[in-house]
Amino acid sequence: MTDQVAISGAANPDRSARRFRRGRRLAGNIAGAGFGAVLLVWTLLPVYNMLLIALDNEGDEFTGNLWPDDPSFESFWVIWTQGHWYLEHFWHQFGNSIVLGLATMVLTMVVGSLASFAIGRMQLRRGRLIGDAALLTYILPTAILVIPFVHIMHRYGLSDSLWVVIAAYVAFATPYAVLILHQYGKLVPIELDECAKIDGASPLQIYLRIYLPLMTPALIAVGVYALLLAWNDYLYQFMLLSSTSNMTVAAAIDQFFDSDEAPWNYMMAVALVYSLPPIAIYFALRRFMSFDRVWG
Amino acid sequence: MSSAQQVLPLETAMRDGRARRSRWPIRLQGSDTAWAIAFVIPYAAVFAAFVAYPIVIGLWMGSRPALYATLFSDPRYIDTLINTLLFVCIGVNVKMFLAFLVSGFFMRRRGWWGRTLLVVFLLPWALPALSVFLSIHYMLVSQWGLLDSLWSAVTGTEGPLFLVSRSTAMTANIVAYIWKWLPFWTLIFLSARMAIPKEVYEAASIDGATPLQQTVHVTFPLMANVYLVATLLSTVWTLGDFSTVYFVTSGAPARSTDVLATYGFNQAFTVGRPELGAAAMMSALPLIIPLVILLIRRLHRSGVQL
Repeated sequence: MTDQVAISGAANPDRSARRFRRGRRLAGNIAGAGFGAVLLVWTLLPVYNMLLIALDNEGDEFTGNLWPDDPSFESFWVIWTQGHWYLEHFWHQFGNSIVLGLATMVLTMVVGSLASFAIGRMQLRRGRLIGDAALLTYILPTAILVIPFVHIMHRYGLSDSLWVVIAAYVAFATPYAVLILHQYGKLVPIELDECAKIDGASPLQIYLRIYLPLMTPALIAVGVYALLLAWNDYLYQFMLLSSTSNMTVAAAIDQFFDSDEAPWNYMMAVALVYSLPPIAIYFALRRFMSFDRVWG
Repeated sequence: MSSAQQVLPLETAMRDGRARRSRWPIRLQGSDTAWAIAFVIPYAAVFAAFVAYPIVIGLWMGSRPALYATLFSDPRYIDTLINTLLFVCIGVNVKMFLAFLVSGFFMRRRGWWGRTLLVVFLLPWALPALSVFLSIHYMLVSQWGLLDSLWSAVTGTEGPLFLVSRSTAMTANIVAYIWKWLPFWTLIFLSARMAIPKEVYEAASIDGATPLQQTVHVTFPLMANVYLVATLLSTVWTLGDFSTVYFVTSGAPARSTDVLATYGFNQAFTVGRPELGAAAMMSALPLIIPLVILLIRRLHRSGVQL
């Protein structure tokens, strides 16, 4: 400012330049807001559609409305009371989904942390092979394996068991766990292990008392990843779980989808209820998700 | 497929790649080696039983040459190949380019509304594929779906039937795919952009570079590596993508929009010819194997060290 006062002759063109710049910034802000609005509509349209159909109490046809004329929570009530023959076992199946997710989470954390401790901290010879196997599994699309997988499980009479699905998900989630835990483990000084070793701690004690407590943040990230993987996948669930008592919600929804009579409003209500746990996790952890390195 | 590959250690891996490996200076002694092997056994067992063994069985199931003769004599299989190529080439590249642009948008707007919008924008990634693709299916399936209602509200004419012609149905698949996976890759590119030091941009703007020139000559070269690895990785995953087509069009009309994963699935479990299904899946391998080799090499050179 003082410069401009000093050189008064230059003040005029300078002001117009500033006005030009302000104008350009304003235009940029308007364009930004417009782009933001487009992104918002683009993102929310399918989500809004779920609500729209779920709040409609006519299940078998679309009304063609843009918003629910007569919103009713009937379909959610039907789910709550299991009041339709498609939904007879809904809460049992929801429980199965939770068991599936939690078991996958715990097993992935245990198997992944053991392997990454051995190859990262103990420098197991040829540990690199394990790392390569993990990377390969991580890159391969899991749908490619589904046909031989189901074939094998049928041959050994192991289909229709929740534990087979859990085993498959653990196999698909541990590679990521090993990669992330290995990376994070580099931040923990190796000298801690050495001190413990000199004091006479066995590798198991080092793993339990030093490694696990220090790795907690990465372990949580890995656990949530495994949980969401088990919750969000459905291919292995509906290929392997066939009896109503073993089915999960994902497998049951696919059964609706196959039959044409399934009321759409119930299906969308089920889809919404099924989406709630991952959304809750997402909002609880979004601080870590957006910008935390651990989340990846 | 999709949900299995939601989060990836890409940027962490790439940045830590250049860090030296820490070494346990004391060599492993006998009992320690035994411990280490015991620690690795659970993972090795899970890998052998549920990854390696199915791969071998899959290769064995799809090994008879006669199966491929059957496949190539099926005109629907040829359509499937074309669909898969379209789906992967258009889907992945458009998605990556959009993710690059959108990450730039979120990079600039880091005030309260930019952050809030980012949280909303990431929703498609957080929601189960099953739920959102079903919803998109219902948006398209009849002339009273939400999209057609919007169409007629805006233009006053009847909307198109999306799942009746192959081209619109395939477009719907690709758009749904982009919708679901754009947020994730935007997040990856956003963290890559955040890793670029501010000083580089300051230097560029002192030299008189316009924002466009900065994007082209500063941001893009510095992100080229991430962009390439992300594109390769996404290509491999998308070649095996099942959920999009299975729910959004279910192959409609008349199974003309199948991709390899849904075609193989249909042959194996609906038609009841598992060998043919496995062979159809295996026919993606000539594309997948070189990509995987390229990717692992690239990640080793520039990133992950295990």
